[in-house]
Amino acid sequence: MASLKTISFFKILFRNGRCPFLQIKRDCHSTTVQKKFYDIVIAGGGMVGTTLACKIGMLEKLSDKTVLLLEGSPEKEWIFENRYSNRVSAINPSTKNLMESIGVWKHITERRFKVVKKMQVWDAISDAMITFTSDEKFSDIAYIVENDLILASVTKQLKHLNNVSIQYGAKVKNCVLPQSGSSEQVSVELEDGTELKCSLLVGADGASSLVRKTMGVQYLSWNYHQMGIVATLRLSEPTDNVVAWQRFLPSGPIALLPLNDELSSLVWSTGTEEAKAILKLSDEEFVDTLNEALWKQYPSDNIVNSATKHFNSVLEFLTLTSNAVRQLQPSIVSVESKSRAAFPLGFGHSTKYVAPGVALIGDAAHRVHPLAGQGVNLGFGDVVALTNQLVDAVSEGNCVSNINYLLRYETLRQRHNVPTILVIDGLQKLYGTTITPLVVLRSLGLQLIHSVPPVKRAILNHASV
Amino acid sequence: MIVYLQRLGTYHLHKFVRYSHSQSTVIEDEISRFNRLSMVWWDEQGDMKPLHSMNGLRVKMISGGLVNSGRIKEKELKQPKPLTNIKLLDVGCGGGILSEALARLGAEVTGLDASEALITTAKHHASQDPHIRNEINYVCNTIEKYSEEKPKAYDVVVASEVVEHISEKKLFLESCVQTLKPGGSLFVTTLNKTYASHLAGIVLAEIIWKILPQNTHDWEKFITPQELESILESSGCKTVLVSGLFYNIFTNKWRWTQNTSISYALHAIKR
Repeated sequence: MASLKTISFFKILFRNGRCPFLQIKRDCHSTTVQKKFYDIVIAGGGMVGTTLACKIGMLEKLSDKTVLLLEGSPEKEWIFENRYSNRVSAINPSTKNLMESIGVWKHITERRFKVVKKMQVWDAISDAMITFTSDEKFSDIAYIVENDLILASVTKQLKHLNNVSIQYGAKVKNCVLPQSGSSEQVSVELEDGTELKCSLLVGADGASSLVRKTMGVQYLSWNYHQMGIVATLRLSEPTDNVVAWQRFLPSGPIALLPLNDELSSLVWSTGTEEAKAILKLSDEEFVDTLNEALWKQYPSDNIVNSATKHFNSVLEFLTLTSNAVRQLQPSIVSVESKSRAAFPLGFGHSTKYVAPGVALIGDAAHRVHPLAGQGVNLGFGDVVALTNQLVDAVSEGNCVSNINYLLRYETLRQRHNVPTILVIDGLQKLYGTTITPLVVLRSLGLQLIHSVPPVKRAILNHASV
Repeated sequence: MIVYLQRLGTYHLHKFVRYSHSQSTVIEDEISRFNRLSMVWWDEQGDMKPLHSMNGLRVKMISGGLVNSGRIKEKELKQPKPLTNIKLLDVGCGGGILSEALARLGAEVTGLDASEALITTAKHHASQDPHIRNEINYVCNTIEKYSEEKPKAYDVVVASEVVEHISEKKLFLESCVQTLKPGGSLFVTTLNKTYASHLAGIVLAEIIWKILPQNTHDWEKFITPQELESILESSGCKTVLVSGLFYNIFTNKWRWTQNTSISYALHAIKR
């Protein structure tokens, strides 16, 4: 009957109904030693995994469930420093709501974060641009928060919870998942030899997830052959720094995210070789290269110019003109010493997020290009959707690992995540080219979206849930 | 689109019970036999899918009914175990699909079934979940005999998808009521005796679509809500709610409906 089930369009696209790689191991040995049992084991104590543990621990309906969070690295005491971390996230209003619901947002506001009121995205080789501004209708565009601060704040909250334990330095070596239809538990073996049993194992173990590999699901992935360079930058003059900037260069997008009135955080995606070379530059050379990337005038193409100009007059004729004027991007005066780093960029999507006794969240299920700042928000969206289903399962007298509720989580999330990551991937490719017809197409598209408020609002709404 | 797929499940199950009986003395040991029987009952995506999917609705009907009757407070529904201290009898519990759900919500559940094989299956399955391992008392007996042992012992009696298989409906229902404490609640879900239920359950499901084997249903044994209500009234129960149930075979979802012509649920309170 499974074939009769309504299967979302994207599942049909991305799933092989019968997965040839699905390998299920059965736990054949019955040990006499009672293994420690938890209702839910979360593999991976990053931002998303830790937030899931906290959210589960704080829900009254799930208060009698025991949760264990496994983090591979040793416990680090987080010390607040004046110096900003170079790894930041642009969290959307939904993620902020999630943080508020678990009492974490207050810990963040006690420290520091920056509200983004406006976002300006523009094309380096045409005049096309788009802006998103927060007003009464839109909530704030995003909040720039350091990753370390998010993790430390969630961990602080987590430590007050009785039903959640954290085990640091605990790497999963192996897990055995139950066969479909059986009521067996999941067995988890850690590298130190500890063996655990649980009803539900959640894979929050990142892009190269071991849990996902054990599920044996198909994983669609490719490399962008780009690296994201991050750094903390000092602006040439202090401003009311509330704008997130992103310029699409043919080599990749460069983004400035505000940290405070004087500092912004850089996310600069560019070819791997170029990125490595940029990392080796002196601080002064780096700042020059960066300013050039932000300001350089590319030779403009007449066809593109006249197309955008004519299209603009058509839009004006239709009284679809946007009042927003193009703001000038800031210049950078210096880079905070030793704040430069780079990480490889890739795309990944797991065709299935769940299997009997197991669910994937965050980067374990999907990995995107940072150009839209959506990666971590998609992961936090998974946390909300999964906990909603767990509450429903428990309210209706089911075990937390009930497959019907897990499948509902998968359907709901894939309906949101798949279009999002495809659009992001499409933008990455569309802006990675200098072919005139494509430049014209993307420029006109951007102008049109910019001029039609409902479309703009729809995009912003999608990106903020 | 309402088809009683659970009959299909029951049919397969009986077939399976017979099959495994004949096999047991030869190769299969008891444990693996019940393991397999348990797999038939407990595969959420398998033959028993409609019964599993009905659970959410049944659980909400019972907890909501107990709020209406004043037995539990509405705010208790937010807690993990809203049915704590409720003594509940699940008549015709089968493999324990509903019994387990109610036990997880805190009820002190007795699961009653006349089939030894099913009781053993239910026990075996419950033993796998540490939360309910020791919480359900499964008894192999008939309600007629059991009610003599346990008069006025339960706060709640549930007979879900059972009445339509019983010939002696009056005796069955009287026995159920006998086990209830005064003020206790009886919940029944079953099939109506209408042209619509004949069409959906027998003509469409068994003859046209052949989703069910022929003769799975005996329409003569179906019962209208009025008949059910009248038997319960004479047994000392006041019916407080009757509501229709609708099953969509394509989405595998049940929902409440005003229309009781095919399947319905009833809540009665003992005086």
